[in-house]
Amino acid sequence: MADVNRGNRPLSPHLQVYRPQLTSVTSILTRITGNALIVSALLIAWWFLAAATSPDYFATANGLLTSWFGDLVMTLSALGLWYHTLAGVRHLIWDNGYMLDLEQAEKLGWAVVIGSVVLTLITIVIV
Amino acid sequence: MVQFSLPKNSKITTGKTWPKPDGASNVRKFKIYRWNPDDGQNPRVDTYFVDMDSCGPMVLDALIKIKNEIDPTLTFRRSCREGICGSCAMNIDGINTLACIYGMDEIKGDVAIYPLPHMPVVKDLIPDLTHFYAQHASIMPWLETKTNRPAKEWKQSIEDRKKLDGLYECVMCASCSTSCPSYWWNGDRYLGPAALLHAYRWIIDSRDEATGERLDNLEDPFKLYRCHTIMNCAKTCPKGLNPAKAIAHIKKMMVERAV
Repeated sequence: MADVNRGNRPLSPHLQVYRPQLTSVTSILTRITGNALIVSALLIAWWFLAAATSPDYFATANGLLTSWFGDLVMTLSALGLWYHTLAGVRHLIWDNGYMLDLEQAEKLGWAVVIGSVVLTLITIVIV
Repeated sequence: MVQFSLPKNSKITTGKTWPKPDGASNVRKFKIYRWNPDDGQNPRVDTYFVDMDSCGPMVLDALIKIKNEIDPTLTFRRSCREGICGSCAMNIDGINTLACIYGMDEIKGDVAIYPLPHMPVVKDLIPDLTHFYAQHASIMPWLETKTNRPAKEWKQSIEDRKKLDGLYECVMCASCSTSCPSYWWNGDRYLGPAALLHAYRWIIDSRDEATGERLDNLEDPFKLYRCHTIMNCAKTCPKGLNPAKAIAHIKKMMVERAV
């Protein structure tokens, strides 16, 4: 629209100075977990692919995914999946026009954070 | 476009530390962003010390005291000193607010003051709001009617008037829009919380007869839908308004008229 770069004006600091808020942190975590889950999904697909290829290849893939490092990645993936799911539910609530007052939105934020941790722990116990 | 770091000409350097006031026992430290368009140098952060025993309670009081007694070159906008003109919006202690109604007792430790974030700086704490105002103008911020003008005023029921509460109070200080990461990255095409709150204010005005056209104008991947409900806008609004809620209601109206 309007010309905003007259006279080599500097850009004022943004991320560098803005204090993180509960709502902004839970928002960016939704995006980060969403992207991280793509990697998790690829790992699962690779595990299936290995199973369909040969017993030796499956043993390698399965060995890696059930090692301590694989367990760590899968636990974090479960946490990410729960978080992303609950954050998605939060967006559905918002899209219907509810819980948009700041206080309620912040409560939802805590519910998503705490809920995802609790559900991950339950998942670990069950699995 | 998302660019996390500041451009080369915008990187902040350490500035001057101004002398402490003589004989003051209750001194507070202020770190204030400075940029002079005439000296060809990068922005810097200057340090000032203010005697709080002879200073008013608001951040603006301290800025005026610094300008009067320490450094007359410090540049900022101010006018009404009571939160109604929106001139003194700036980034104080990590959030955007109006310096005139933000008390220094609300801040722990040193007081850091920057211009509104991710805006071209005219000088010191003054951002260029030209684009922000142009976006506001683009949403037709006036009553649009088609029927003949009534003999007296356009009437509105008490219930319909109530729908404007929480919207009409906006003073266009730009605190919300410049707190929004989506506006930082896509402010050239995303209208931002302030303009969209105003858009909603006219969309739900019972007297307005251009609701459809207003929604048509916003039906755009960038103008409206770059809002991801981050809610920095509602959190920072010095008037306690909720642009995120207004935007959500516009989105809902878009769906409702399509199905």
